[in-house]
Formats: sequence, structure tokens, C-alpha cells
Amino acid sequence: MLSKRIIACLDVRDGQVVKGVNFEGLRSAGDPAELARRYNLEGIDELVILDITATLEARRALAETIRAVARELFIPLAVGGGIRTEDDAAAAVEAGADKVSLNTAALATPSLITTIAERYGSQAVVVAIDAKTDGDRFAVYSRSGSTAAHRDAVEWAREAESRGAGELLLTSIDRDGTKIGFDCAMTAAVSSAVSIPVIASGGAGGLDHFVDVFTTGRADAALAASIFHYAETSVRSLKEHLKQRGIPVRL
Amino acid sequence: MSTGIALIDYRAGNLTSVKKALATIGADVFVPATPDDLADAQGIIVPGVGHFGATRALAAEWIAAILNRVGEGRPVLGICLGLQWLFEGSDEAPDCPGLGLLSGRCYKLPPSPEASADTRIKIPHVGWNSLAITREASIVDGVESGAQVYFTHSYVAPVTDDTVAVTDHGEPFAAIVQHGQIAGVQFHPEKSGDVGLRVLRNFLDLAG
Repeated sequence: MLSKRIIACLDVRDGQVVKGVNFEGLRSAGDPAELARRYNLEGIDELVILDITATLEARRALAETIRAVARELFIPLAVGGGIRTEDDAAAAVEAGADKVSLNTAALATPSLITTIAERYGSQAVVVAIDAKTDGDRFAVYSRSGSTAAHRDAVEWAREAESRGAGELLLTSIDRDGTKIGFDCAMTAAVSSAVSIPVIASGGAGGLDHFVDVFTTGRADAALAASIFHYAETSVRSLKEHLKQRGIPVRL
Repeated sequence: MSTGIALIDYRAGNLTSVKKALATIGADVFVPATPDDLADAQGIIVPGVGHFGATRALAAEWIAAILNRVGEGRPVLGICLGLQWLFEGSDEAPDCPGLGLLSGRCYKLPPSPEASADTRIKIPHVGWNSLAITREASIVDGVESGAQVYFTHSYVAPVTDDTVAVTDHGEPFAAIVQHGQIAGVQFHPEKSGDVGLRVLRNFLDLAG
């Protein structure tokens, strides 16, 4: 049976892992390669490096950081943040990324999804969707959550899939860094609307939050940052907890 | 002329991860520039992601060179799309023949019909899933049944006498195949941690 994936996210700025709350108030959490090594030993299923300031400050994803992390890891590695063109994607892949995550650029130029999928395959294209609850809908934001994209998350998820995205990384801006749990309603709405895997992100604070997002949230994978960085929860103890609750994991 | 393991680049996808994994286990790897470069290869790896039709990028002279080497008993390992390419063909590109080294035709995994079911099967099959080893073979030496490996694909090869391990995603499919010196893995050994590296090592042993 296909395992539910646990993914650790390294939000990187200036070569250091940082983490904020609701996309703001950043504090340092260490060296990316060192954290990646630790998570790998603990049994993480996948890593995401997000160059969180790349879009706002017009910088490109840090090839050096990617290389340092990819050097000794033999698990999937996705890279996002500031990937705007096919060349940016190629640079990330060349540095060792297996997947690139598109967000702002995909909203501005949806055909970029297809271009990169045709070059590297759909499995290499993750479309990241940052969204907030807005009444009974989910409003998409771009530019690191700062700009309303005037798109509905479910509708944008369907379009991204039809354009060639291989996976969706769905982040709740409301929940990001709050540790009050994933937005299961939003995750279930998106996951039910597409046939590609949905990675839930934003709000992980305790072990049962993961149980919730894999059951009521219908997530295929869950991503977290803070709870792993500050060693509040080990990947291994999380997976053992999930297994006890009948959720298939890789142990 | 180059010796070592030839890693075929058919310009669909990315060789970086496979090269890195092979280097880690001490393989002497080269990417042949022309079919003649395969002459002294100890073994051939056909990696691959993307569309079955992308194999068209390999001209007839490449296919002839690969088949010649395999005919001489040099081992070949197909990875992901490379495994599918070992078979006769695929529904993904009906007019594009495979190498035909193994019998059978590749097909698309069916998604589960009931979209609302909690046990919904999503296609593509992406993530870590377990291997059920069905018979002894050198390619799975030291690999335990139940070990998990990383998959990302929609098309699969059928379970045949050449199957060494199956994986279940709605239905069982060939996760590992071996027929003498011809081997293939549907998952990505370069992305499957220690289990994946072990399978690559087993292939190197086959290549001597």
C-alpha cells in the first residue's frame, strides 16, 4: 500500500534555514545540509527547499544550498522559491533537485507548468498554492502570501493539474507556523478535486494534526517545518504514531 | 573507447541523481556520446522519466548498439521508463516499439472509479510503496520483502515470469524484473535510500 509521506520543509534565506509565523517574523533554525542529514537519518520521506525571499527580492533559488543538501541524500528533493523561467528550473535540476515548485510564476504564466513538464516530466513539477479561507471558498495568494491572486484554490488546482503539474503543495496561510493544525477542510476540498497527489502544509503542531490531515483532510503527504527544526517532534516518533493509528507510513 | 557503466542519455529527464548515486557506490560511469562508445561498456543503464514516446529520441543506431551489447551478454538495467522500454511496447505510445527484450506490453494503471472513497487510488502513483519479492534473483540480493522504495509513474509493466518483485497500487504490477543479464526497476533506486543503492550495487555485481 502506498505510504503517506512526511516531508520536511527547509525555508532558506541567505543560506540559513529560517521559520516565521503567518509568513512573517523569521528566526534562524540552522544549516540546511545539517538539518537535511538529520531528517534523513530519522526517516524523512522527502525534502523541500524553499528559497522564501527569492520572489520578493528577485533572487534565484540558491544552487549552492541545493548542491549541499543533495550531495548525500538519496530521497526526493524539491526546490521552490523564485523559479520563474525554464532556465531557473533547469538550474535547480542541474544542482540536484528532482522537482521544482512553482508558485507566483505559475499564476502569472500558467504555460510555464506545461513547458517544464514537457522538458522534465510531470513528476518534476510541483505547483505550490498558498491560500486563505474566504467564506466558503479558498482564496489564492501569490508573492509569498502578500498579493491576492483573485483565484479560487480548487479551480486553480484543477487548472494546474490539466496543464501538467505532477503534485500540488497546498499551504494554508492562516495556519502557517501557528501549530494549531492543518486546514483539513481546504486540503480535502482540493484533494478531492484532483487526481494528482496533494501535499498539505501549514499548521502542524502535534502528532494528531497529521492523523487528521491524512484522514479527514485526504492529504497524500504532509509537510512541516518548525516542529521538526526545533526537535519538538522526531520524524520517527511521528511515523510510529501514524502507524498505530492505521495510517500507512515508511518506517 | 570507454569502459565502465554506460548511462544512456536520451534527453528526456535528468541524469544528475542517477550519476550521483552510482558514484556513491563506486561505479565507473560514463555517458556515451555516440553508439560506438557502447562497444566496451561493461553494463548499460537506461534511466528515464517522462513519456514512452520520448524513446524516439534514441535513433535506430542507438537501439541497434544496445541490442548488440545485450546480445553479447552485457547486462542492462532499465529504470522507471527504462524498465518499460525493455518490453515490447506501451499503450502510452502505441506506434513506438520498445526494445522487446522482455515479453509483454505496458499499460496505464487504472484509477479507482469511486472518487469519494477514502481508499481512492490516485494516478500517477507517487511516493513510497513496498516491494513483495516473488522469487530469488541477483538483482534483489539482500533486499527484504516489504522494503519501501520511491515510485513516480502512471504506466506499468505486466506481471510475467520475468517479474522478481511486485508492488500493489490498486492492482499488482512489476516493480522489479530480471531475465538473465536483463534487469529493470519501476521505482527510482537513486531516490530510494539504502534499498535503492543496494539494488544498484547488485547491478554492478552483475556487470562484474
